[in-house]
Amino acid sequence: MKARVTVTLKTGVLDPQGKAIEGALKSLGVAGVASVRQGKVFDIEVEGSDHAQAEAALKAAAEKLLANTVIENYRVEVLG
Amino acid sequence: MKSAVLVFPGINRERDMARTLRLVSGAEPAMVWHAESELPPGTDLVVVPGGFSYGDYLRCGAIAARAPIMDAVRAHAARGGLVLGVCNGFQILCESGLLPGVLMRNAELKFICKDVYLRVERSDTPFTRGYNAGQVIRVPVAHGEGNYAADGDTLARLEGEGRVAFRYAAPDGRLDPRWNVNGAVNAIAGILNDRGNVLGLMPHPENHVETAIGPTDGRGLFAGLTQHFAKVA
Repeated sequence: MKARVTVTLKTGVLDPQGKAIEGALKSLGVAGVASVRQGKVFDIEVEGSDHAQAEAALKAAAEKLLANTVIENYRVEVLG
Repeated sequence: MKSAVLVFPGINRERDMARTLRLVSGAEPAMVWHAESELPPGTDLVVVPGGFSYGDYLRCGAIAARAPIMDAVRAHAARGGLVLGVCNGFQILCESGLLPGVLMRNAELKFICKDVYLRVERSDTPFTRGYNAGQVIRVPVAHGEGNYAADGDTLARLEGEGRVAFRYAAPDGRLDPRWNVNGAVNAIAGILNDRGNVLGLMPHPENHVETAIGPTDGRGLFAGLTQHFAKVA
C-alpha cells in the first residue's frame, strides 16, 4: 500500500527557510503569496493490506523518527 | 578520567576531541563505534563529538540519536555518569531526549565558522569547575544549525533551575543580540540536563587548548573534568 507522512512545523516555530523561500517567490513576482512554511513529505510503501495496522506503524515511525514533536506536527495518510 | 568518544558515520571532529582529551587528561580515550551496544567498562565520561553524522539527513543528529550505542549512553546518564555533547553531539543529545529543546537553522541562515565569546554562567558543575562564574572565554563555532529553541515551559525551567551553562556574549560578558551569533533564545550556547550530568554546547572548546593554535580558553572544560574525576577517585 502507498502511504504518506507529512511533517510540518508547529505554528509559531520560526521557519527561516520558509521565510527565505517566501522572499524569493515575492521577488519573482509570483502574485498572492502571503507566507510560506516549509515541511517534509515521506512517501512510504507499506507491506500488507491492513489499513489500521499500516496507520499504527506509520504513526510509530513519525513519533520515533520522522518528526521531532518538540517543533513539528505530522499527518499520516494511507492512500491504499 | 576514563573517557569514551562516540563515532558515527559522518562525524569528523572525533579526532580533535580525542587529541584534546589525551592532552589534557593524560589518558587515551576509547573510540566507540555507533553500532556497539555497550560502553567500555568503567567509562567516566561519554563524549558525543561534532561533525555531520549521517550527513545531517532528516534533521541534524536525528539518525545518530537512534543508534544502538545511544541506549548505553542513556543508561550511563541514568546512573549519573557524565555525558558531554559538542556541536553535532549537542544536536544528537537533544534528538535522543537526553537534553530538552532543539537546535534550529541559524537565524541568518548562514553556516558560521569563527571564534565567539561565551559567558560561563556557573562554575559549580563538573563541566565548568575549571572556570569562574561570569568568566568570558573565546572558543570557535562551526555550525549551520545552532539556534537553540525550546517551548516556554522548558525555557522557564532551564532558566529557573540555572541549567544554562554558557551564553553567547560580548567580549566583556555583556549580553548583546549582535554577539548572539545564531539567534539562540536567551543567547543559549550550552545547557545541562536536570541532574546536571549531561552538558550539550554548540561551540568547540576542544579546538582551543593549544598555544600553537592560539587561545587556550577551551582547556578549562577538560581540565575541570579531569580534576573532577581525580577527586572522585
